[in-house]
Formats: sequence, structure tokens, C-alpha cells
Amino acid sequence: MIDFALIVDVVVLALLLVTALAIARMKDLFAIVMLSGIYGLLSAAFFVSLDAVDVAFTEAAVGAGISPLLFLSVLKLTGRYENSSHSHALFALLLVVVTGLMLVVGTLDMPAFGDPGSPASSHVAVRYLEESAREIDIPNVVTSVLASYRGYDTFGEAVVIFTAAVGVLSLLGLLSGPREGRESPVRMADHLVLRLISEMLIPLILLFALYVQFHGEYGPGGGFQAGVIFAAAIILYSMLFGLHAAQSVARPAVLRALAAIGVLVYGSVGVVSMLSGGTFLDYSVLSDDPVSGQHLGIIVIELGVGVTVASTMILIFFAFTSRSDAAHPESSR
Amino acid sequence: MDTVITIASGVFAVFGIVLILSGGLGVMRLPDFYSRMHAAGVTETLAAFFIVLVLMLEVGWSIGLFKLLFIMLFVLITSPTASHALTKAARHGRLRAEGDDPEAGSP
Amino acid sequence: MIMDLYNYWVVIALMMIGFYSVIVRGNLVKKLIGLNIFQTSVFIFYISVGKVDGGTAPILVDGVTLYSNPLPHVLILTAIVVGIATLALALALVVRIKDAYGTVEEEEIREIDEQ
Repeated sequence: MIDFALIVDVVVLALLLVTALAIARMKDLFAIVMLSGIYGLLSAAFFVSLDAVDVAFTEAAVGAGISPLLFLSVLKLTGRYENSSHSHALFALLLVVVTGLMLVVGTLDMPAFGDPGSPASSHVAVRYLEESAREIDIPNVVTSVLASYRGYDTFGEAVVIFTAAVGVLSLLGLLSGPREGRESPVRMADHLVLRLISEMLIPLILLFALYVQFHGEYGPGGGFQAGVIFAAAIILYSMLFGLHAAQSVARPAVLRALAAIGVLVYGSVGVVSMLSGGTFLDYSVLSDDPVSGQHLGIIVIELGVGVTVASTMILIFFAFTSRSDAAHPESSR
Repeated sequence: MDTVITIASGVFAVFGIVLILSGGLGVMRLPDFYSRMHAAGVTETLAAFFIVLVLMLEVGWSIGLFKLLFIMLFVLITSPTASHALTKAARHGRLRAEGDDPEAGSP
Repeated sequence: MIMDLYNYWVVIALMMIGFYSVIVRGNLVKKLIGLNIFQTSVFIFYISVGKVDGGTAPILVDGVTLYSNPLPHVLILTAIVVGIATLALALALVVRIKDAYGTVEEEEIREIDEQ
């Protein structure tokens, strides 16, 4: 029998290699950014074929959605083509080849791909898979590990996202609130098809974001994916109807508060657990029954993470776009 | 009934594959951006429609059928919009089409 | 043996392509894209390590006993989101460098600094 999974594996990896080579050789940064979006989407497809559905979800949203978007906003400011400066290219090629060969020698010791008895799959992972049904009782093991067993790491991650928002805002600044009385230069009839379709789709995208947020325990999903999808809906609105319209819907002051509140909620759950007699982020003491305490803790922290991620992504987009609007006012339609 | 479904899904799969291949060939060989956009748009919309149709036939009556139906509706709405947006952006950036009159102004 | 380790070798090739883009190209945005390629190849490496033959996605279903390893998935989920956060910060820095120097080419920046 033909092993289709193996064929998919080989072909998708070959396509990734071709895309990466094309990115390395081109000079047109706009085309390179589009290719990096394709690279992200191909890796998301690859993750699905390797049974990593949560990761594929996040990579598709981030690598094929937010990341090319941010690159394009910056390209508008920095210019589309790169000057071809091949300084010490031969030496770099030699260095890269030698490093690659050393790494290949290093992989010769690794267990075969897909080996069920490999060290990575033998110790802690087995314990999580076996005990998760009894201790936490939610079907999605990735969410239970992310939110409960490794909850402290996820707290650090939420703080990192918040720090990125703080960093971007302090570097770029943001117009605070919509300017009153400024006539919007955009006309409805200019982009009729796009606006009608997006008016139809944006409520559905927001609804889907809420679905992903609260069904992270039963299927692929969770706070991060939901936050990114929510941000994508607002970004779509902003691109079609203008930055000022979007900022009157999602006011930057509110977004800044929300980004902080998300992280605060996460930390508060930990503090409440300590005050109720357990250790920091021990959800079992949040309610009478340890399992329902775990459920409560997971829902609340996922909500905190989702709120922080959504407001951070929207704030970062607003920061970049208001800069490029200020630099090129005639193309801010 | 099963053989009818199998034959139908085979035929639709062949349609989808032919459309994908013709789209790929068109993107490489057609002369300018707008005709290539047409080839890519056909692949985006129709080929995706046929492939999802094949999946729906194979899954049978279950919750998966309705999820696939919604995916197909979503693709049918957003793919033509994407092709439209790309072509509009190219027109706005005054990209020349093959048969354009060089003297005439852009619409 | 090639099929056993094919995934890892492709990952190494992707890493080296990203690494090459970072050290040879002068444009700062191109360097960031090279870093992005490097990052995603590391994700592919981790997920390949976690794959178990015959297993399915780590969502508990009745009747299935063999699951893929969920731990790398958790790590990479965190890594992807942290990656986008650092990318946003890096791009903000590039915008400010453009404001200060007027260019994002590394050589021209060095020349302006040496003046």
C-alpha cells in the first residue's frame, strides 16, 4: 500500500525548500513577503499532516496572516527593492555549508522520525496523556498542558506579548482616538464589492473568534488563535473603511487598558489560588471539586490570554498604519 | 448507491485536478498579469469547490458534511473577492494589460 | 535511513538558507525575513520530533489509544506567538532606523555612522 502520509511529508518539505530558496535569491521585497506568507501556509499544512492541529491553526493565522501584514506595512515606509550588495558572499556560503554539515552529523544519532519509543515521547508526555483525562478532564490535551500543567510558561508568554505591545507603542507612538470633524476621503462606491463582502463576513469572523476561544478545550483552538482571528477582523475593517473608522470602533485607549487587563486577569487567578490555600496557578483549589476548579481556571486564563493577544495585535497594526498614513497621506484611502 | 457516489466523486475529483493543472499552466504561460489572474481565479474558486464536493460525497451524512458545506460557501464567497481585489489593485497601480492602448488614460 | 532522517535534513537546509539570508544580505527587512525562515524551520523540527507513527492528533477520543506527543505542540504554540511579538518589535526598530538614517541598507548605515 502506498503510504500517503509519507508522500505528503516529502512533497510539502520539498515545496518549503523551493520557496525558501526563492526567498533567498529574489530582490523584490514585496514578492519576498508574499512568498513568506506562502511559506507560512505550507508549514501550516505540514503541521496538519504531522497531527499538530493546534499549531497548524496558530501558524496559519500568524504566519500567513499577521506576519506578511506587518511586513507590508513596513515596506510601505522603507521601500520595495533591496540594493544588491554581495559583501563576502563566498565566505558566508562556506560558513553556512560547514555549519550545515556539522548539524547533519549531529542528527545521525537521532531516533528515527515517528518512532513511538523515542525519548521525547517516553517520559513526561506519557504521563500527561494518561493523567489528563483523570485530573483535568478536557479532551484537548494540548490545551490542558498549555493552560494547566505548563501554565506558568503560558503566563510568561502573555507577559511577552504585552511587553511587545508596550515596546512597539513606545517606539512608534499612536494617534489617540479618532480626529473629530475630519472628512473621510474614502468613498463607498470606490470599493463596493470589497465593502459589501466584508460587511457580510466581519460579524462571522468575530463570531468564529469567540467560538474558537471557548471551544479550545474540545478541539483545536484556545486563547491565542481566538485573539489573532479577532484582531484579523478588526484589521480587515480598518483596511477597507479607513483607520479613523476603525479607531472609533476599537478605541486605542480601551485597547491599551484591555491588553493590561488580560495579563492582570491571568496573574489574579494565580494570586487567588494562593489565597485559597494552594500554590501559584494551582487551579484545583478554586472550587470545591478539583476537576471543576481546573475547568474554571482554564477558562479564565484562556480569556485573559485571548483579550491580551487581540488588543496587542490591533494596537501594533494601528501603530504601523498610523505611521505609514502620516508618511503617505494620499494613499491612506 | 455506493457505486454512484464513488463514480461521481471520481469524476468531480478529475474535474478539480484538471482545473488545478490548467490554472498552474495558465499562470506560467499566459502573457500578462490580468490573464494570469483569470487562470489563478478559476483554480481558487472552482477547483476548491470541486475538491470540497468530493470530500462531502466521501464523508456522507454526518456533522462533517455541514462543516464542509460551510467551508465551500466561504471559499465561494471569498475567492472571487480576492481575485477582484488583486485585479483592482493592479488597475489602480496602472499595470499595463496586453491589449492596452498606450495613449489612452487609465479608467 | 534517509527516510528516517529526511525531515531533519530538510530542516537543516531551511535553517541554513535562513542563516545565509541573515548574514549576506544588507537590507534589514530581508534579514528579518531570513530570521523568520530560520524560526519556522525550528518549529518544523520540534513537531517532527513529536510525531508518533500511527498516532493521531492529541485530542482524546473514545477508541483511540495512540496519540502524537502533545508536549512539542505546546512549546511551539508558545514559540510562534512569541516570535510574532519579537518580529513586531524588530519591525518597529527598523521603522525608527529608517527615520533616523534615511535608509535600511546596512552598509549605508555604517557609512553614515562613520562620518
